[in-house]
Amino acid sequence: MIRRVLLNVMLLIAAAVILVPFLWMVSASLKRNNEVFTIPIEWVPQSFQWNNFADIWERIPLGTYLGNTVLLSVVITFLQLLTGSFAAYGFSKMRFPGRDALFFAYVATIAVPWQAYMIPQYIMMRKAGLTDTLLSLILLQAFGAFGVFLMRQYYQTIPDELCEAARMDGLTEYGIWARIILPLSKPALASLGLLTFVNTWNDYMGPFIYLTSNDLWTIQLGLRSFVGQFDADYAMMMTGSVLSILPILVIFLLGQRYFIQGIATSGMKG
Amino acid sequence: MAQQKWRNTLVGWSFILPNFLGFVIISLVPMIAAFGLSFMEWDSFNAPEWVGLDNFERLLRDESTKIALWNTTLYALGHVPLTMLAALGLALLLNRRLAGLGFFRAAAFFPYITSLVAVAVVWNMLFNPEFGPVNQFLHFIGIDNPPGWTTSTTWAMPAVILTSVWRDMGYYMVLFLAGLQSIPREYYEASKVDGATGWQRFLFVTLPGLRPVTFLVLILLTVQSFKVFDLIVVMTDGGPGRATLVLSQQIYRQGIIEGEFGYASAISFVLFLLVLVLTLIQFWFNNRRERS
Repeated sequence: MIRRVLLNVMLLIAAAVILVPFLWMVSASLKRNNEVFTIPIEWVPQSFQWNNFADIWERIPLGTYLGNTVLLSVVITFLQLLTGSFAAYGFSKMRFPGRDALFFAYVATIAVPWQAYMIPQYIMMRKAGLTDTLLSLILLQAFGAFGVFLMRQYYQTIPDELCEAARMDGLTEYGIWARIILPLSKPALASLGLLTFVNTWNDYMGPFIYLTSNDLWTIQLGLRSFVGQFDADYAMMMTGSVLSILPILVIFLLGQRYFIQGIATSGMKG
Repeated sequence: MAQQKWRNTLVGWSFILPNFLGFVIISLVPMIAAFGLSFMEWDSFNAPEWVGLDNFERLLRDESTKIALWNTTLYALGHVPLTMLAALGLALLLNRRLAGLGFFRAAAFFPYITSLVAVAVVWNMLFNPEFGPVNQFLHFIGIDNPPGWTTSTTWAMPAVILTSVWRDMGYYMVLFLAGLQSIPREYYEASKVDGATGWQRFLFVTLPGLRPVTFLVLILLTVQSFKVFDLIVVMTDGGPGRATLVLSQQIYRQGIIEGEFGYASAISFVLFLLVLVLTLIQFWFNNRRERS
């Protein structure tokens, strides 16, 4: 009995620690700026400032930022899924000399931190005239080895006999990939797709290093600009934060299962 | 037959090529270049010049880099054990039948996929020395002189560590939960029959059963700690002063801001070696324990 009560108390404390930052965020996003910091704290705003959510679109070019972020996330996710699943088929369902050595090279590089080669990467992009373009970020993130790894893990669980039978029926390898393997790997595609989308949406360092023109900024850079631009406008900052998190929350609630599966099967992140 | 094999190789490569080309140009070439550049001096306009180990000597003399290395180690020493404890605690709490279980698990995981900028900005406000809820709470429980957190050189690092623990614990909780569910039920039943107390069951059944997951989490967390970058850039930008300056940031400052490509690559090489050595040590340690 005491044990049970103790466990529930601990659970309550954990829940509070996890949720308080979110409560603060939502509460502050609905306040007047001069009501954000008070002693004692008012968790429920005196009067709800719903107009914060309308005003923010005029304070910063939020529409442009959102557009750029959506564009980057969608294109990168699509390319990662396409090239990743395509390569994974070659690595798991076909036999040819050099295949395993090549795959080993892929996996080994997952362990190399991006920070260790971001400088030469940046120089290369600059020489190619690609810095300060959205294309640079697409190239940077669309060909990850992680995607190939995750998809191959899943393809290994699909029996080879299935491909053999399809070959007997006269399907080409491309046909087998498109008509048999791809439809069967929907859960893995969903996992990889969601993880890639969220990673790109939230990415800060990539855009921070590569994008200097304001009209190319993503929502994360825009959010950060509040800190300097309106140093004291905490309410707006929180309004922006809520808006930037909402799409991720919706995606997470819809695809929670795939997030957890992606993590549990690979034990790694992008 | 030979022709068939030849064809097969071609088709196989055609599958891999789209991703492989991108991967080689965008990742592999820079990786190799980074290694070479660390022994050179280069401003990207004139031809690179071979300088041997000069960059590494400079690294040993450079106060900022030494501070960055020390701060990164401090961060890891705080972030790894605390996140591990929090994640394990959450997993143990949430590994039972409970009303609202799904909600709790989802809520615990959500910070991990929340925008880092939003996380950093919110926690900066929570840690506000005068008006922030953290210090108001500390006042409430009787601490008259609560720390200045991100405004203080002593407390900025703990503030960053606490924020990162909050953000990451849900992710590692998922891994621990998977580990807990892989421990056979019979072990618990057998130990109950033998009269083991709850604490003994935790020590002699749960913990040993979790060893593979714990090992994985330890590696992932350590590597992640040494790479820490965006959280610091947004939350404190290495400050106040150099109190939270970390290695990744030093690479960025030297390389992209100052244009010292050779020197920055030497620091990257150190970061890479650190991550590699840590991973190897942990593998070796785990192998030895498993054999004994």
